[in-house]
Amino acid sequence: MIKFTNVFKAFPKGGLALKDVSFHIAKGEFVFLTGHSGAGKSTVLKLVYADEPVTSGEVRVSGFNVAELRPRDVPMLRRRLGIVFQDFRLLEDRTAEENVAFALEVTGARRSSIPARVMRVLTQVGLAAKAQAYPRELSGGEQQRVAIARALVNEPSVLLADEPTGNLDERATRGVFQLLRDINASGTAVVMATHDLDLVRQAPYRVIELQEGALVYDSAVDEPRDQAATP
Amino acid sequence: MNLTIREALLAFRRAPLLSALSVTTIAFSLFVVGLFGLVAVNLQDALRGVAERVEIVAYLLPGTPIESITLAEKDIEAFPEVHSAVYVSEDSALARARAELVEFRDVLQELERNPLPASIEVKLKPRFRDAEHVNDVADRLRGFGFVDDVRFGRDWVEKLDRLRQVAAAVGLVVGAAFAVVAIIIIGTTIRMAVLQRSREIAIMRLVGATNGFIRRPFLLQGAIKGMLGGLVAVGLSYGAYTLINRWLIQAAFFSNVQALAIVGFGTLIGFFGSAASVGRHLRRV
Repeated sequence: MIKFTNVFKAFPKGGLALKDVSFHIAKGEFVFLTGHSGAGKSTVLKLVYADEPVTSGEVRVSGFNVAELRPRDVPMLRRRLGIVFQDFRLLEDRTAEENVAFALEVTGARRSSIPARVMRVLTQVGLAAKAQAYPRELSGGEQQRVAIARALVNEPSVLLADEPTGNLDERATRGVFQLLRDINASGTAVVMATHDLDLVRQAPYRVIELQEGALVYDSAVDEPRDQAATP
Repeated sequence: MNLTIREALLAFRRAPLLSALSVTTIAFSLFVVGLFGLVAVNLQDALRGVAERVEIVAYLLPGTPIESITLAEKDIEAFPEVHSAVYVSEDSALARARAELVEFRDVLQELERNPLPASIEVKLKPRFRDAEHVNDVADRLRGFGFVDDVRFGRDWVEKLDRLRQVAAAVGLVVGAAFAVVAIIIIGTTIRMAVLQRSREIAIMRLVGATNGFIRRPFLLQGAIKGMLGGLVAVGLSYGAYTLINRWLIQAAFFSNVQALAIVGFGTLIGFFGSAASVGRHLRRV
């Protein structure tokens, strides 16, 4: 599904953002990507959705060889992925429903199919009742649910979440995390970058830890350890 | 409505002032081209009228034997530029003068000796009725030994021809300068539109919209502005034409094809203006 083989990523101004990173994430897996800020979590995700070029090594994502992807094929890769950010990235002048529908409209979905698909994902994230609300009328947790609905509406095989709970209070964090677990339970692989170690300890999922661009721990390969990571 | 068209039209509501400015500049650039174009079109018409009447007249030395003249007539008719060559004898010249110059009939009647020379009147084929070919044929006529003098409306033809060229050239140069300004302004409006919508564009990319899809509304928007500019320009030209017609001279307006060409050219300016800008700025968003 996602396979990194000896991946290096150089910063534009010199230095390495990723050093010889290799891992393999299988279909339907839930993986935590942990590490300090600047450890390379976001960079890993950006390489997966081809936002940054790979410096060397091989990145394969659902059949795409990302390092050799032509620019015009990048949209096709992204349609297989759902992406969620800490800052939600919703359009303020559109309702929840329109924000979700936007992802379908701009990827050329059949117009008649859009309303039903939008309502289905909004129901899935528990926001059907607030479909007509604008982002400013929603709480942080609700906005993140809209963003997740938008990420899911194209039925991706992988959901990438970059610190999805970073801006949320504890209660909203638990809600969003549970939603991600439910999504994973229905078969979608989830890769969640986070430095919230409480969250990581709560669930029995695989943990990949990065430190200064290097992969220092992978619970699928290394010995289990009591304390997931240094703070 | 299609998303591309909706987005393109929304641009007019998002930035009405800038949109109006782009349409106006394109309109003015094309209006200038149009005005000089009108002058050129009308001179062209005038020139055609004059040209139809352009004859080269070769006056013959008195006493030229009729055999030589008949032969020469044949030779001249064989020139590729020549439509017809007609011999006019001294007598028929006088008869014609009597018929045409009624005021001088008495004078002409009383003449003891015919003062009018015989001549060969040469008409050119339509496509050769320009200054260059007229000169050329005249030169060759002078080559005949019995030709005394060659006359033709050279100055008229040349002057009109030059005027037409100047009008066309000035129109093109000034129009091109305006077109460049129009392209820059269109580019700027597109740049602002791209920046204004950078958040939206980033999200479109994230969810897998193709670059073509993202670019399309901007290109359409530019083309629509260009087309509007072209229409306004044709309208202004028509206004100018009406005024000229009423107060100055009877003039001709563009043919439908020419008017369509102006609108089409405006559309192209708008399209390429935005294409040049959108590619550059999308890369930065």
